Amino acid sequence: MDGTNSYREGPDENGRFGLYGGRFVAETLMPLILDLEKAYGTAQQDPAFDAELVDLQTHYVGRPSPLYFAERLTEHYGGAKVYLKRDELNHTGSHKINNCLGQILLAKRMGKTRIIAETGAGQHGVAVATVAARFGLPCTVFMGATDIERQKPNVFRMKLLGADVRPVTSGAGTLKDAMNEALRDWVANVDNTFYIIGTVAGPHPYPAMVRDFQSIIGKETKVQMQEREGRLPDTLVACIGGGSNAMGLFHPFLDDKDVDIIGVEAGGLGLETPDHAASLAGGKPGVLHGNRTYLLQDDDGQIIEGHSISAGLDYPGIGPEHAFLRDSGRVTYVSATDKEALEAFQLITRLEGIIPALEPSHALAYVGKIAPKLPKDHLLVMNMCGRGDKDVFAVAEHLNIDL
Amino acid sequence: MTNGVTRLDTRFAQLAAENRKAFVAFLTAGDPDVATSAAIIAGLPKAGADVIEIGMPFTDPMADGPAIQASSLRALKAGQTLVGTLKMVRQFRENDDSTPIVLMGYYNPIYYYGPEKFVAEAKEAGVDGLIVVDLPPEEDEELCLPALRGGLNFIRLATPTTDDARLPDVLKNTSGFVYYVSIAGITGSAAPQKTAVAANVARIKSHTDLPVVVGFGIRTPEQAHDIASIADGAVVGSVLVEAVAQNLDAQGKALPELVDHVLLLASQLAAGVNKT
Repeated sequence: MDGTNSYREGPDENGRFGLYGGRFVAETLMPLILDLEKAYGTAQQDPAFDAELVDLQTHYVGRPSPLYFAERLTEHYGGAKVYLKRDELNHTGSHKINNCLGQILLAKRMGKTRIIAETGAGQHGVAVATVAARFGLPCTVFMGATDIERQKPNVFRMKLLGADVRPVTSGAGTLKDAMNEALRDWVANVDNTFYIIGTVAGPHPYPAMVRDFQSIIGKETKVQMQEREGRLPDTLVACIGGGSNAMGLFHPFLDDKDVDIIGVEAGGLGLETPDHAASLAGGKPGVLHGNRTYLLQDDDGQIIEGHSISAGLDYPGIGPEHAFLRDSGRVTYVSATDKEALEAFQLITRLEGIIPALEPSHALAYVGKIAPKLPKDHLLVMNMCGRGDKDVFAVAEHLNIDL
Repeated sequence: MTNGVTRLDTRFAQLAAENRKAFVAFLTAGDPDVATSAAIIAGLPKAGADVIEIGMPFTDPMADGPAIQASSLRALKAGQTLVGTLKMVRQFRENDDSTPIVLMGYYNPIYYYGPEKFVAEAKEAGVDGLIVVDLPPEEDEELCLPALRGGLNFIRLATPTTDDARLPDVLKNTSGFVYYVSIAGITGSAAPQKTAVAANVARIKSHTDLPVVVGFGIRTPEQAHDIASIADGAVVGSVLVEAVAQNLDAQGKALPELVDHVLLLASQLAAGVNKT
């Protein structure tokens, strides 16, 4: 950024990506995030840390995830060659496990004995509960009461895995409120507790650390596309709530100037309505949950609840590095509505035999808009970041089907 | 250092000269409505509050427990805004030019409003100091330094996790007083342990000449007395906003006795602070 042409150098020593990021936390937490930054820095220098992580990624998660050529989708669109990065095939069914493994190894190194996390759709909560079970640490997951209602299968999975799922009733009872409650718990349990944040947001070093753990998605994609097509992809598309799957795919490609990069926010009932979760399209810079970024807020700086059909996307903010990449113009951010996502969900299920989560269905909805217009030798990669098992009840309800 | 002398500086000098402790009363601006809230605040000096801490409501008060969260939401629902809070201070100042007022809140509404503009208008309205929970010393450029230049005290929280290595950074740009957070936790939760708090207050005092006031978890006149006896004052908040909540009708409207009840409680707490 400063004097170089790289988009990959952030954050600076203050945790800033340009204007965004930072460490906006209460004093009680400040020493903890400084400790975490130090411990993460040390771990990054330690080959043993990486070796353990790679071993788990390979044998526990099942990485690398395939880069799949979606032949029938490609035929259907009649344009670009559509590839899917199959992170929904990971153990636990989404990309969230990539980050959770990295963070729990760090927690172990730091001698922490208790894990907490927030979750929206429950994919992160399930991944946290999974690694907590695997490493034998007690785990508490904060989840909005509204989300608990619409993501029952994941709630039950977390409980089976031994997690204590705490319903959060403040606010609208969604992801933002769950994050507030997790921060409150952390403040009260500073000595033994490690907070596994699920997205590329929060105070420094979380946005950079979560990005690093998720970057395996983009690194694998680069190698796999080289093997399949002998070159880099032309376009990358990923959905964005907080933005961890997108950042994981995008980051290794940021300095490859010929690669078009597109993030798809949740358009809810439409950007012209108040019911969406597109922080970049409809928000303004502000400070929440430890970082400065684009936020959905009113004229008094009060935070507005996001809306999306997908519980994983209805967060009123977005990772600070996405805010930076938007302002710099490197990444293009668009949105897809609930309705478009639901249509894309059904389309890919029928054409490819893949039931996607509602989150990547947003990315697919946008792929459906651009792929038909692109030439047949255009290589497009979409991050299939989660599978749809958790969403079948919600989808049935939206389609007015009684199960 | 704050540019100029504030009412806080004057008040703490007075209290020290009289060998008295400060009773700092916290209430949320606009809770449950502007008129009731203004009436409570107007009555606090007579009830014995030496310093008034006014909460600027925010949708996501991450350092606060259920009582203050609920009061923030009541105030927002009743239409309270940042501008409205400054207006309340301006009206209070029409009848009281000596009781220090500290605004407490979270950074986003101030950032959205514009930090320089906010500092200037707060000073003009009669505010003396700011407590902004999510602005640690690492982010001093944002609001702390503009506030000091603009003649406002910037009161920093020191906590049980602030160790000796970090304390000088925390104290560096602090002015008015140091707010020691008695517990690692949120407002209105666990009760503070007197001996642990005393040790930490002494530790802070070995680094600074500023008054040290203790808050979080103080609910009764006895606790207020205990804590004030080992510090320069005590902050009480959650129990006062709970008294607001207890004097609402089923629709959430203030009952006629609300103001009297809250002020009576405040006077009991004030008596506790300086009980001999």
